[in-house]
Amino acid sequence: MPHSVVDPQTAKAAPPAFESWGRYPRYDAKIVPLNWQCDFPGVLSGLETAALPVGLGRSYGDVCLLKDGNLLLTTGMDRLLDFDPATGILTAEAGVSLAQILDFAVPRGFFLPVTPGTKYVTLGGAIANDIHGKNHEAAGSFGNHVPSFELVRSDGSRRLCSPTENPDWFAATIGGMGLTGVITWAQLKLRPIVSRKIDYEGIQFHGIDEFLDLKQRYQHVEYTVSWVDCASTGRNFARGVFMLGEHSKDPGELKPSPEPKLSVPFDFPGFALNHTTVSLFNSVFFHKQMKAHVKTVQDYEPFFYPLDAVLHWNRGYGKRGLVQFQYAIPWQHAKEGTIEILREIAKSGLASFLAVLKAFGEIPSLGMMSFPQAGIMLALDFPIKPDLTFPLLKRLGDMTLEFGGRLYSAKDAAMTPAQFQAFYPQWRQFAQYRDPRLNSSFWERVTGGGSTL
Amino acid sequence: MSTLATEPTAAAIAASPNAKIAKKILVLGATSGIAEATCRIWAAEGAQMFLVARNPEKLAAVAADLKLRGASYVGTAVADLDDTDKHAELLTHAVNSLTGMDIAYLAHGILGDQARGEQDFEHAAQIIYTNFLAPVSLLTWLANYCVQRHAGVLAVLSSVAGERGRKSNYIYASSKAGLTAFLSGLRNRVDREGVTVITIKPGPVNTSMTAHMNIRKADVKKVAATIVKAIDKRVDTLYVPIIFLPIMFIVRHIPERIFKKLNL
Repeated sequence: MPHSVVDPQTAKAAPPAFESWGRYPRYDAKIVPLNWQCDFPGVLSGLETAALPVGLGRSYGDVCLLKDGNLLLTTGMDRLLDFDPATGILTAEAGVSLAQILDFAVPRGFFLPVTPGTKYVTLGGAIANDIHGKNHEAAGSFGNHVPSFELVRSDGSRRLCSPTENPDWFAATIGGMGLTGVITWAQLKLRPIVSRKIDYEGIQFHGIDEFLDLKQRYQHVEYTVSWVDCASTGRNFARGVFMLGEHSKDPGELKPSPEPKLSVPFDFPGFALNHTTVSLFNSVFFHKQMKAHVKTVQDYEPFFYPLDAVLHWNRGYGKRGLVQFQYAIPWQHAKEGTIEILREIAKSGLASFLAVLKAFGEIPSLGMMSFPQAGIMLALDFPIKPDLTFPLLKRLGDMTLEFGGRLYSAKDAAMTPAQFQAFYPQWRQFAQYRDPRLNSSFWERVTGGGSTL
Repeated sequence: MSTLATEPTAAAIAASPNAKIAKKILVLGATSGIAEATCRIWAAEGAQMFLVARNPEKLAAVAADLKLRGASYVGTAVADLDDTDKHAELLTHAVNSLTGMDIAYLAHGILGDQARGEQDFEHAAQIIYTNFLAPVSLLTWLANYCVQRHAGVLAVLSSVAGERGRKSNYIYASSKAGLTAFLSGLRNRVDREGVTVITIKPGPVNTSMTAHMNIRKADVKKVAATIVKAIDKRVDTLYVPIIFLPIMFIVRHIPERIFKKLNL
């Protein structure tokens, strides 16, 4: 029900309507909510610029932005439509968040088949970026668990997409960055669990060889991920913690998670994160696990979503924001590439808070533009220092290319068009599936102005 | 009027052991933002609900969602509530399929277009018909149903806007002012019969209908939680968020000779 008390003319202008998680770049755009499956493409009438469906803004760079365009906010489209406990298949509108899905699924003894490091992403966003999780070797990426979805185009056509029905549209839309149309609803095949608990182990390693040994030794474990110290050189170069976990097989209580309480309420000053503080943080994290080998049972929340406990942690990087760098390099050059790139990062002194190292498995992604490929994946954040960060990112991107790898569009704010087109040579084929009324600042940047409007 | 979801019947659920605590709730305007958020809380409590809305696609999505979120029964009917001739038939069907009714929640309404209404009486009349006359018709039937049984809660969404007409929305405001006055009188009549009438006065709430308004808006989930609590407590009048209680006190007491000069 509408209840206006303040005149829109005299009201204070709203803060920037929509930010990506890295808060760089920042663009003005108009927010156009999609609250119902039937809202699109009707909402486009009267709009003169292009549009882009968006969710919770957890991608880091500009894949979820459209400068001076229209962002179709899907988070109001968050209804659960059907669930079959026999198969675990949940059907839901695309704006539902993974947090909402967990609230529904966990008390019923089910869990996400693949989860990223935050539960505050939408179902549609998870498909559009074909996200991956700690179980990539066992489960592949998110799209591998999506039996079907509906894709609506700006011409009003509606397509049921699955591996057998409209398979080309299915492949283009998984990892398609929201550019192929609006996903109204999707199916997700959940996996059964008997407890919220994760049987956890953390093992210190020193150097990439030890990491690869651990990866080999624990390849039967479902969830594996490593934290790696990118700030240290010399004796501590590439030290880290190899973390593994599996859903506990001891039946336990399946209650829903409590609402998060902590939030970073304001921007930290720009100097809060410098080489000294980050090195200190890294050392504390490394030695938090004083023993070389820790074994424990923990709740799934701290295991999968350690940072979700503090909402808006990205504000810790201050107003200038952060950029993320994430590559996947195939096994052939994975080891040498990772060592070279880690050296380059350590040398730069542009320290990183969170560096995540992981092996990607052999299960092929179903998306035409999907990021994961078998090999080593590294992801880390950089605070933005314009003179230093972007030249470094350019060098790191070129090194990734040299080692046969590619970068992740959902995390990117710095790829050059030449780099993108070399990482994803299939981009021209993909472009044929782009909806002519949809566009993103990322797509404009890496294709050199792909807009047809 | 068509029934989209009929299985299993509320009577069958009533035979189940938990039925005693499951509220039976009739929701009119179930696809409105505030109504849907409120229904999700009731669904999680296992309520039995009958939903009425105009758009069949939207209604089906809301009904499916509420069922999955835990509602023990969800019946639906597609109806245009401006069609007052059909109210008796619609409400009879609703209470029959719920096998009773503890709470009626009236949440339908339109903002309308003030500027258009200033030039076009048809549009002004439409706003007043939908927001005032249609609820009067519904409440007349529902109040008599409750009085006969000496039980029931009639929870109605009015608005803080109804406290005083302002140039930016006085047609909408007057429809809500009429509704608030009607509810006050109805409460005075039926309270002694064991029937509760709750006037809910929300401030601006972040829903699809206020999406175009560039103003500070309350979170719909919090508003819904407050409404559920107020209905449980059987309050008479609810300002939500509560800050609108002092704000509207001030707004009501600004002298007219000053008020008429303000840009509100």
